[in-house]
Amino acid sequence: MLPYILRKLGVIIPTFFGVTLVAFVFIRLLPGDPVLLMAGERGMTEQRHAALMAEFGYDKPIIVQYGIYLKDLFSGDFGTSIITRQPVLKEFFTLFPATMELSMVAIFIAVAVGLPAGMIAATKRRSFFDHAVMTGALTGYSMPIFWWGLLLIIFFSGILGWTPVSGRISLLYYFEPVTGFMLIDTLLSGQSGAFRSALAHLILPAVVLATIPLAVIARQTRSAMLEVLSEDYVRTAKAKGLGPGRVIGMHALRNAMIPVITVIGLQVGVLFAGAILTETIFSWPGIGKWMVDSIFRRDYPSVQGGLLLIAGMVMIVNLVVDVLYGLINPRIRHTD
Amino acid sequence: MDEVLATQEIDLRPSGRIALLKDFWSYFSENKGAVAGLVFFIVIIIVAIFADFIAPHHPNQQFRDALLQPPFWQSGGDFRFILGTDAVGRDMLSRLIYGSRFSLFIGCIVVSISLVVGVILGMLAGYFRGKVDTFIMRIMDVVLAFPSLLLALVLVAILGPSLINAMIAIAIVQQPHYVRLTRAAVMSEMTKDYVTASRIIGVKTLRLMFVTVLPNCMAPLIVQAALSFSTAILDAAALGFLGMGAQPPAPEWGTMLAEAREFILRAWWVVTFPGVAILTTVLAINVMGDGLRDALDPKLKRS
Repeated sequence: MLPYILRKLGVIIPTFFGVTLVAFVFIRLLPGDPVLLMAGERGMTEQRHAALMAEFGYDKPIIVQYGIYLKDLFSGDFGTSIITRQPVLKEFFTLFPATMELSMVAIFIAVAVGLPAGMIAATKRRSFFDHAVMTGALTGYSMPIFWWGLLLIIFFSGILGWTPVSGRISLLYYFEPVTGFMLIDTLLSGQSGAFRSALAHLILPAVVLATIPLAVIARQTRSAMLEVLSEDYVRTAKAKGLGPGRVIGMHALRNAMIPVITVIGLQVGVLFAGAILTETIFSWPGIGKWMVDSIFRRDYPSVQGGLLLIAGMVMIVNLVVDVLYGLINPRIRHTD
Repeated sequence: MDEVLATQEIDLRPSGRIALLKDFWSYFSENKGAVAGLVFFIVIIIVAIFADFIAPHHPNQQFRDALLQPPFWQSGGDFRFILGTDAVGRDMLSRLIYGSRFSLFIGCIVVSISLVVGVILGMLAGYFRGKVDTFIMRIMDVVLAFPSLLLALVLVAILGPSLINAMIAIAIVQQPHYVRLTRAAVMSEMTKDYVTASRIIGVKTLRLMFVTVLPNCMAPLIVQAALSFSTAILDAAALGFLGMGAQPPAPEWGTMLAEAREFILRAWWVVTFPGVAILTTVLAINVMGDGLRDALDPKLKRS
């Protein structure tokens, strides 16, 4: 197992340095004076400009600048936001739980609906249900989720008036964040109605964010199941006289799960991309909306830091998925 | 050398090609959904080409007497504006019709750029292996480490928001998939006897790469091109929606949605129709792509 993990790390570490290089180069590729971009001050005097130039290290050779940038990163300095004057790292981790909560609920919905749907479709192949699931999955996969979000708002918030249009919780409730997860914090606070409010705010964005992973998981589960159901050991199990519940539950499902788990892991990057759109539509105060806002406010240090932190997160999650995958499936661990 | 070329040419003679196409079509047409997708896609192409004749109005002409007029079947609507008008009195139907041009254009350009560059890089990596391979693949790993839409957004922030820059950004983001596919296909082809034989008789590197090996790697690339055509349309619409793609008053579907957002609870039609246009186009291409995959690559066939 250890050589396998080391091999994965051997790929991930150079990639991480590549990512830092992209983030580093990003600021320098932007049109305009980098000092003005990074400081975000107006009407700067020449002395101030020169002082900042030295402070940011822009007067040094580019290699040295990159060295300084890396040194800062490893001491936890991801830059300072131009707008809020807060360290980018702090901003990121204040907003991160919101995105995390949304993504986790979304992936829960995607798995809870997609997995059984794909399984049933596979066992009842060519039935009406199968066709319905496959059509639905293909539609979900082709969905422009920003439009899907707007449609849900029109229907559930506009026509039915069931759910609020934006935010994480009604302004009526206030409490100190404990976990940063609204659903848990509202329960801990003990205020009546707070949990309901948080849930009502969460449900539409979570459904929107779940759409594409759900479609992918349903399709993948179905095709993995179909493949396994045609294997010899399934025929043997049937021939032994095992009931369909045991054949599917015990023999088929376990083996079909392996590719499905990989696909679920791969959805993390998709979720982040989806979070950018979903959070923008529902004004959900998370990382995705923060990135879009930072780009529009020209808060480039935040964009630079966020870019690196998000890519870092995705890489770590992918590494964990790879390791888990190797644990479940020895064939992967020992090849390549 | 002449002999090898001669045998190759036998395979590619018209009769061979037609037989291949027939074979392909018999597989493809088995899939009714894929054929429907193809038909719909052709209709969109026709609509885009003849937009000037089909559209009832100019896409940017503002009818001041008909702001936010509903579609004809609702009270207050009339046949002058079949799908209603937007907030500044432009005909929705005409804008949607002209919008198809943007989507097809985006799809074509993005797929062309990422296919050509991706094939070249993948070919170099798979053919030369070693340092070249490591260098190219590490760069691709870096690109893949970022969520695609985020990287595209940041690239547009650097280049400046416009349709062209959005297309470049999306092409860069889609690049790695073509590189990986080409590399894998080239690596498996390189071990085959015909490549060794061509080498021995002295076929030059470039010719070996692009004339001998590449045609045998096309199947997965064609499937990827179809699927990334639809992703390109979706991503460009998303960038347009975020204000980072085509700029108003261009009737690009995503940009139209962005303009319609504030009227979402007052005028459902300005929000609904552009999305329906994006969804049906993308869906048609994806269904078609699935059919292509099954027809071109029976190994991947997902019964």
